[in-house]
Amino acid sequence: MNLIYLDNNATTMVAPEVVDAMLPYFTQEYGNPSSIYDLAHGANEAVKISREKVADFLGANEPKEIIFTSCGSESANMAIKGVLDVNRNKKHIITTRVEHPCVLNLYKDLEKRGYQVSWIDVDSKGDLNIGQLLELVTNDTALVSVMMANNETGTIYPVDKISEAVKMRNPETKVFVDGVQAAGKIPINLKDTKIDLFGISGHKFHAPKGVGALYVKKGTMLSPLVVGGHQEKGKRAGTENVPYIVGMACAAQLAKDSLNDELTRVKSLRDKLEKGILSNVKNAVLNSKSSNRVPNTTNIGFQYVEGELILLHLNDEGICASSGSACTSGSLEPSHVLRAQGVPFTSLHGSIRFSLSRYTTESEIDYTIEKLPLIIQKLVKISPFQKELNEIFK
Amino acid sequence: MWEYSDKVKEHYKNPKNVGSIENADAIGEAGALACGDKLKIYLKIDNGIITDAKFQTFGCGSAVASSSILTEMIIGKSIDEVRKITNKDIADELDGLPPEKMHCSVMGHEALEDALKNYFGENQTPHNNDNKEKIICNCFGVSESDIIKAIKNGAKTLDEIKEINYAGGGCARCIPNIKMLLDRYVKKDTEVNSVQFILKINKVLETDVAHELGKDSGGIELVNVEDKDVYVKLTGTCSSCKNAALTLKNFVEKQLREHVDEQINVIEVK
Repeated sequence: MNLIYLDNNATTMVAPEVVDAMLPYFTQEYGNPSSIYDLAHGANEAVKISREKVADFLGANEPKEIIFTSCGSESANMAIKGVLDVNRNKKHIITTRVEHPCVLNLYKDLEKRGYQVSWIDVDSKGDLNIGQLLELVTNDTALVSVMMANNETGTIYPVDKISEAVKMRNPETKVFVDGVQAAGKIPINLKDTKIDLFGISGHKFHAPKGVGALYVKKGTMLSPLVVGGHQEKGKRAGTENVPYIVGMACAAQLAKDSLNDELTRVKSLRDKLEKGILSNVKNAVLNSKSSNRVPNTTNIGFQYVEGELILLHLNDEGICASSGSACTSGSLEPSHVLRAQGVPFTSLHGSIRFSLSRYTTESEIDYTIEKLPLIIQKLVKISPFQKELNEIFK
Repeated sequence: MWEYSDKVKEHYKNPKNVGSIENADAIGEAGALACGDKLKIYLKIDNGIITDAKFQTFGCGSAVASSSILTEMIIGKSIDEVRKITNKDIADELDGLPPEKMHCSVMGHEALEDALKNYFGENQTPHNNDNKEKIICNCFGVSESDIIKAIKNGAKTLDEIKEINYAGGGCARCIPNIKMLLDRYVKKDTEVNSVQFILKINKVLETDVAHELGKDSGGIELVNVEDKDVYVKLTGTCSSCKNAALTLKNFVEKQLREHVDEQINVIEVK
């Protein structure tokens, strides 16, 4: 049985080209970039070139705006804590109800430490209430933090327009964008925006786990999260993770080159999957309803059937997906993103996310469209909500 | 991914006795749609013996497995035998459930109890525990008095309670109630008054600390105490030692935190 991997928003396969690019930096070019001899020169040069590639990938003005980190969570923590630390007189933060937990939980923590956090709502399609956000910007607003694309639904938030409008109201307010789910899926051109900080994570676009980056717009003051040596111009101490930085840069270049494929072929496969499920499964409801979303993601709720049970049966057919269901997470809480959108309990617990990549093939999508209705059919029979299901299926 | 036993996997993949029974002698329910799990159980009872059982479950893999195995466990048994089945028996029959999933076995048990009440014409509304012990953690069947006992025996945190009787280690829904009990029953012995606090600090400095520093012909004096900040002055050879800061953090502060208060900060006065 072949494996069909439709969980690329969780993590991705490392591209074979990326592995090839990394390998020499383990056993041959293993020098410390800070050392003086020729061996180190190769490593130093590799980091320099990687920085240029990642800067190009994100459309930064200059390579030095890129700081390498260990993951998306570190990028977010560094950005948020870093700017708040240099703007200590300002105590107000604006963010959304649908951020990734790595950002969300940090703001909840800051709330306990005396910050006032305003949480912006989304509508039933998942789109952000931008009017509400802008009205809340005051002189005391230190930071506005909005993700570029949502991990669960794929909804894109217009962060370029938001950053522009925020700066009109208060030029001193910093704008951080969690770009983890956008990188590699849609074009990013930071130099044309007013975004100050933008975080990415390598393993979401076919680089390995354990490497990320933070874009810090030139002139943005930021105190470091990891204090120590002079690496990354003193903004992030710790010997550069050369092979992984090289890997992420290679993945960034590949992602940029295949962006057209993502926006056309991957998108049409996603649309095919979505239509295939919605037309073949009567109790299926689309949760990713925004007209503006990344090309690889869909989120579909199955009424009166529980998500973990669907995933377990998909797994038995070799299909990997994920769910916003309470039962698959350690927390036993259903998805905060779908709840913010007002997804009813009838389909909330049975919501499944499918996320494709450029490695997804048409035959994999066809296989999924064939198997999923059979699974749902089987599980519907187990459900105690027969009366309600009969209404839907009649 | 959860670590499910082979038996759990077998039962969610191919659940036994799925469906409803027409003209069932008893029907029981547990759970709710909003919580993400709901179970309905149907029984056919003849001469006090359960002759058939069927279930319908909205829930995760372990919820389906718990329901499925429960029907197998009760078919052919007398009502008296079935009454003795606990949620732990259901979990054991499945070769165990992950702690976070123990509530699935509880749900199975609750539906069974509900069905028996239905059979005997009792009120099926959430049952009244007035004459029974109040259960706080349903997953592990831990009562309020068990938790209070654990606190009186020295448990001060959620984790310590969990270590003693597993309460709160399952689905975690009872954690707010356990926290309430902790707030009510944990003695606030950290709230000693400031004079006692200073005396305690001084005693540690004069005995353990002074003794150790004395070995290097050094000494220490208490200068001031503000909240949890303890100001000290190093004397003798210690006052000019380049490792003084290290001594203060690694030794003096550690001793004070261990013997007096975990939040103490030691600050050197020159």
